[in-house]
Amino acid sequence: MSAPTRAEVCVVACAETWRGDGAILAGPMALIPRLGARLAQLTFAPDLVLSDGEAALVHGDAVEGWLPYRAVFQVVASGRRHAMMGASQLDRHGNQNISCIGDWSRPSRQLLGVRGAPGNTVNHVVSYWVPRHSPRIFVERVDMVCGIGYDRAAELGAPANRFHEIRTVVTDLAVLDFATPDRRMRLRSVHPGVTAAEVARATGFPLAAPADVPQTRPPTTEELALIRDRLDPDGLRERELR
Amino acid sequence: MSVADVVGELRSGMTIGIGGWGSRRKPMALIRAIARSGLTGLTVVSFGGPDVGLLIAAGCVRRVVTGFVSLDSIPLEPHFRRARQEGTVTLTELDEGMLYWGLLAAANRLPFLPMRAGLGSDVPRVGPELRTVRSPYPDGEEFLAVPALPLDAALIHLNRADERGNGRYLGPDPYFDDLFCLAARRRYLSCERVVGTTELVDGGPPQGLLVNRMMVDGVVATPNGAHFTSCVPDYGRDEAFQREYAAAAASPPEWDRFRETYLDGDEAGYQKAVRAR
Repeated sequence: MSAPTRAEVCVVACAETWRGDGAILAGPMALIPRLGARLAQLTFAPDLVLSDGEAALVHGDAVEGWLPYRAVFQVVASGRRHAMMGASQLDRHGNQNISCIGDWSRPSRQLLGVRGAPGNTVNHVVSYWVPRHSPRIFVERVDMVCGIGYDRAAELGAPANRFHEIRTVVTDLAVLDFATPDRRMRLRSVHPGVTAAEVARATGFPLAAPADVPQTRPPTTEELALIRDRLDPDGLRERELR
Repeated sequence: MSVADVVGELRSGMTIGIGGWGSRRKPMALIRAIARSGLTGLTVVSFGGPDVGLLIAAGCVRRVVTGFVSLDSIPLEPHFRRARQEGTVTLTELDEGMLYWGLLAAANRLPFLPMRAGLGSDVPRVGPELRTVRSPYPDGEEFLAVPALPLDAALIHLNRADERGNGRYLGPDPYFDDLFCLAARRRYLSCERVVGTTELVDGGPPQGLLVNRMMVDGVVATPNGAHFTSCVPDYGRDEAFQREYAAAAASPPEWDRFRETYLDGDEAGYQKAVRAR
């Protein structure tokens, strides 16, 4: 079997974000996180609950339940969910923007809108997937806080902030987290072939990092086979990184 | 009722809720008729898709109340995007769950419902009318008080209905169509086919009967009336047409051509032009 591609490393890094979550709903918002959630469900996280993106819950290739949009909001409010959202902008505290670029009242670029990000980040665990790690996305300050980061959660105070957790940020270059004393973004691992300096250059704010940055875990042979033969035989994952 | 009867009951300046979700099961035949009607100053409440875009393009909209406006397979609605960037519509931007809660509050004749969503985010910054409320119980927790979203009129599209206003969805998701009806003073249901009550009831399990005649003031048959959005299982989204719509929206001359081809005539003309592609 040929060596894992960057996209395949990313699929596994995304899968890892749901490790240990138990019977909760995964909420992957793009292809590579979706492949990651399905991979996790097929391997080390068999209890993970997955939607087909419409109204069906699926386990492997079989339907196991019904979850229309209105019921998703109940799951969000109950906290039994770990979503992996996208981010047009993300700051060192984990504040995320998907609404617009520029001044909200007259944006230079209208984007998706806040969608469910405000509710997700005060109710359950959230991770982010950024397929193109760049200083335009990792910014000093986001233009519109949709998903709230650790500084906003701290300002909100207890008990309102008790369900807030931004767990990981997976990018095409690295895995990041907030395991620092002041909950600022930190480089947890670099993907094979990437250096910490490269990640620092692609990040628009100073990034905490250990002296020796470990490498992101590569896929096992079994995981690679599942990704290539079963989950994404057409190789669509490779396009998401371009 | 006819499509014209429904539009005849609407007035400029009304707040209109539209069912469906993104580019799914939108009452597009009614939307196209409103776009031709010359109504202006509408506030549109919607889990937004091309319903919002078409009404903006026709100059009908003053304010949009939403958490997103998307064509699903094309993430950004081009007319909404341009209107925001040119500052031609006002936006009330809510978390998707807040929009749900606002409809639920209106349906229950409550002024607001408490919610966590929005706390700490910039949603209250860009919506300074939003207030918080403290729990009167010993927990004392503070919540966002999501204001009710009462509607002058609701427009929804279902697969089947009878003349009296009982309606059934056959697809996998009810979206929030029943709530839009419950939150509105006047409620209009367009459907793929009007059938007898017995056929409606026999057409699937009872829980698929999403709305009943207490919740609906008028029924209109609009075959293929959700086009180009999806109305499964009757039809899926017309992706090719949606791409044509989005491409046309990119420039005024292209949009003029699109409008002349598809929108300037009546609904029968639209359906004929769609078939003739």
